[in-house]
Amino acid sequence: MSYVAHDESAFVPPAEVEEPELYHPKTFVGKYIWSQDAKVIAVQYAITAMAVGLVALVLSGLMRLQLGFPHSFSFITPDTYIQFVTMHGMIMVIYLLTALFLGGFGNYLIPLMVGARDMVFPYVNMLSYWVYLFAVLLLVAGFFVPGGPTGAGWTLYPPQAILEGTPGATWGIILMLVSLAFFIIGFTMGGLNYVVTVLQARTRGMTLMRLPLTVWGIFMATILALLAFPALFVSAIMMILDLTLGTSFFMPAIVAHGHQLDHSGGSPVLFQHLFWFFGHPEVYIVVLPAFGIISDLISVHARKNIFGYRMMVWAIVAIGGLSFIVWAHHMYVSGMNPYFGFFFATTTLIIAVPTALKVYNWVLTLWRGNIHLTVPMLFAIAFVFTFINGGLTGLFLGNVTVDLPLSDTMFVVAHFHMVMAVSPVLAMFGAIYHWYPKITGRMTDDTLGKVHFWFTFLGTYAIYYPMHYLGILGVPRRYYAVENIDFIPQSAHSLNAGITIAALIVGAAQLVFLYNVIWSYFKGKPSGGNPWQATTLEWQTPDTPPKHGNFGPTLPVVYRWAYDYSVPGVEQDFIPQNVPPDKVVTTSRGKA
Amino acid sequence: MSLILLFSTVLMAGAAWWLIKQSINVQPWVAQGSIEDVHGGLESWPPAKIGLWVFLAVVAVLFMLLIAAYAGRMAYEIWRPVPQLSLLWANTFVLMLSSVALQWARVCVRRGQMDGMRIGLLAGGALAVVFLLGQILAWRQLATMDYFEVTNPAIAFFYLITGLHGLHLLGGLVAWGRTAARVWGDFDVAKVRQSLELCTVYWHFLLLVWLVLFGLLFSGNNLNLLLTICGIR
Repeated sequence: MSYVAHDESAFVPPAEVEEPELYHPKTFVGKYIWSQDAKVIAVQYAITAMAVGLVALVLSGLMRLQLGFPHSFSFITPDTYIQFVTMHGMIMVIYLLTALFLGGFGNYLIPLMVGARDMVFPYVNMLSYWVYLFAVLLLVAGFFVPGGPTGAGWTLYPPQAILEGTPGATWGIILMLVSLAFFIIGFTMGGLNYVVTVLQARTRGMTLMRLPLTVWGIFMATILALLAFPALFVSAIMMILDLTLGTSFFMPAIVAHGHQLDHSGGSPVLFQHLFWFFGHPEVYIVVLPAFGIISDLISVHARKNIFGYRMMVWAIVAIGGLSFIVWAHHMYVSGMNPYFGFFFATTTLIIAVPTALKVYNWVLTLWRGNIHLTVPMLFAIAFVFTFINGGLTGLFLGNVTVDLPLSDTMFVVAHFHMVMAVSPVLAMFGAIYHWYPKITGRMTDDTLGKVHFWFTFLGTYAIYYPMHYLGILGVPRRYYAVENIDFIPQSAHSLNAGITIAALIVGAAQLVFLYNVIWSYFKGKPSGGNPWQATTLEWQTPDTPPKHGNFGPTLPVVYRWAYDYSVPGVEQDFIPQNVPPDKVVTTSRGKA
Repeated sequence: MSLILLFSTVLMAGAAWWLIKQSINVQPWVAQGSIEDVHGGLESWPPAKIGLWVFLAVVAVLFMLLIAAYAGRMAYEIWRPVPQLSLLWANTFVLMLSSVALQWARVCVRRGQMDGMRIGLLAGGALAVVFLLGQILAWRQLATMDYFEVTNPAIAFFYLITGLHGLHLLGGLVAWGRTAARVWGDFDVAKVRQSLELCTVYWHFLLLVWLVLFGLLFSGNNLNLLLTICGIR
């Protein structure tokens, strides 16, 4: 690209993008409740997601109590246990992580980072949140209907999901399926916004290859979600029809309790295909935004440009593409053609290539960087560790022959928690600590942040490392109790108790985070506009927190990529994206 | 399953092509200062138009998955296809006319013939409503036949797929209604032109989806034939 000479007289008029007509709220309700400002919607999304996430956290604590100390708690029956498992999984994966990364961070960061005043369809964006909230309420309503929420496992496999005998097979499952359908409708509204805003509303000079990687991650994850969620949508509708109208999409002929059911000829494996066609991309829907966020956190806090930016973008897109052709590795035990197993094992292993590439690039970015061990940086480094650990066990499970004996054991639970639960959650915390000053104008407390970090980081290892051993012993997942089984030694039960204690401590440590976030909102140290000295546009806003419209009277013009840290010969160790070349202050030794 | 794989591969190839075109020659770390207007090509489209196309991609995936599911189910047990409903041919014809009428309205607004535009717009909407009524009639015809059996997957799929297609058209009619309400008296021609264009694209797309669905699934057992020819079945 060419260098454009720039001087004061040749003033470049800001964006030729049309100034959008902003919505002007007049009342408190218009500003904070029925708001069309992406930043307010983002906070609404985030608070709702974290509130329902707390419910899921409590559920996981109850599950662990049962596993660690069986028979000590009379209110946890086999039915309630499996209900807790189901709700915990579904809430965490979809209603917390997907909603928080895309609805929360997507809404907050996309317009600010690409230099737009707001999302392109603010009204649809607002609807998206309210439909999401409705979906969450429907889901939580499951706890209060007769029979309780569904206990089908988060994968909702038919036929058991809708058969009598599974907890919540009358009301709970319907609420779950309808809630999912609404979630998907709401998400599609938001997702269209994110994609079109990235494609169309970028400010002048912001080429696609100058976007911060956070935006790339969220953008690709949104595309994945838009293309993958329809699979869950149709399977939810088909299952509702099987349940209410007696069709047989998924229900084979079944004899239950001694009499023949009305269904015949349906295919449960068809559901598995549809579910995992959504379910596998879902892993990357959660983890791609985390990838992007981590790239930015590492670059900012190591004061160094990201290593291999272009490669990082390609890797994000390659992972996104590949994630659509690996789904059947979740179904090795469903009795598929061996050639299909071979195909899916191969694609699964191939996906490790772009992923490993990203990990190398993070490590190389850290290499000889000026590393500041701030709280966000701690979480970012912890993410890299955890993602490697979880990813490596993924290579085990991707192979058909290794997967078969480990299928449905605690090994699988440990694997996916490391790779798509703990890792994204670490990225989420890192991101919250990093952007909190922009959102509120105040810093979080550093000591509390570090306490929260070490308990969470070490604690999750105390939970999930031993779980791999349990899995190799053959301890099955989803079982209410595993006593009096020959192959499970007494030591495994002690290990289970230990895991439970670690889990409760980690759970309690999250209260430190909540306290920190709430306390800092009122009493935190004022942060100023750019406390981390970062280059991206969201830190260059005239007001902190940014007002509606984000950038004051004129939109910023972008002259460089997002990673000009420690540029040789420049006085400051960062050059914001909107600083023109002639405004860069050089030292006596060189020029920018 | 093979169908979905094939479809995914096509999608991926498209994404790869787009990305390479965007990025292969760009070196963001050396490029400084270049602020040439990046808003050419795709970026010069109005947001609503890009939004519509992204939405169409989502809808395409939805129906693609339904076809794949249908194909997957055909492999099980004895497949009893839906009996031929000759009414569907008439419905298809009506939907085509509806699309043609909207296209005509679009051409008229480009030429500044507002009366022609109004007629085309109203006719397009009315014909879409006739199509939906025809589909409901087809539902009732099928329901009264001896063939009708709720556990027959072919029949369940027929109701599910036509129902979802109808719902999409119904959603389109909402947008159509908002456009139609705007074309009387003094109105903003540019705005109407854009709404009309989006409606027409959506209509053509739903017609295309319907033709694929009808051709493969509901006008005989053509999907089976196609898969056999391709050697997948």
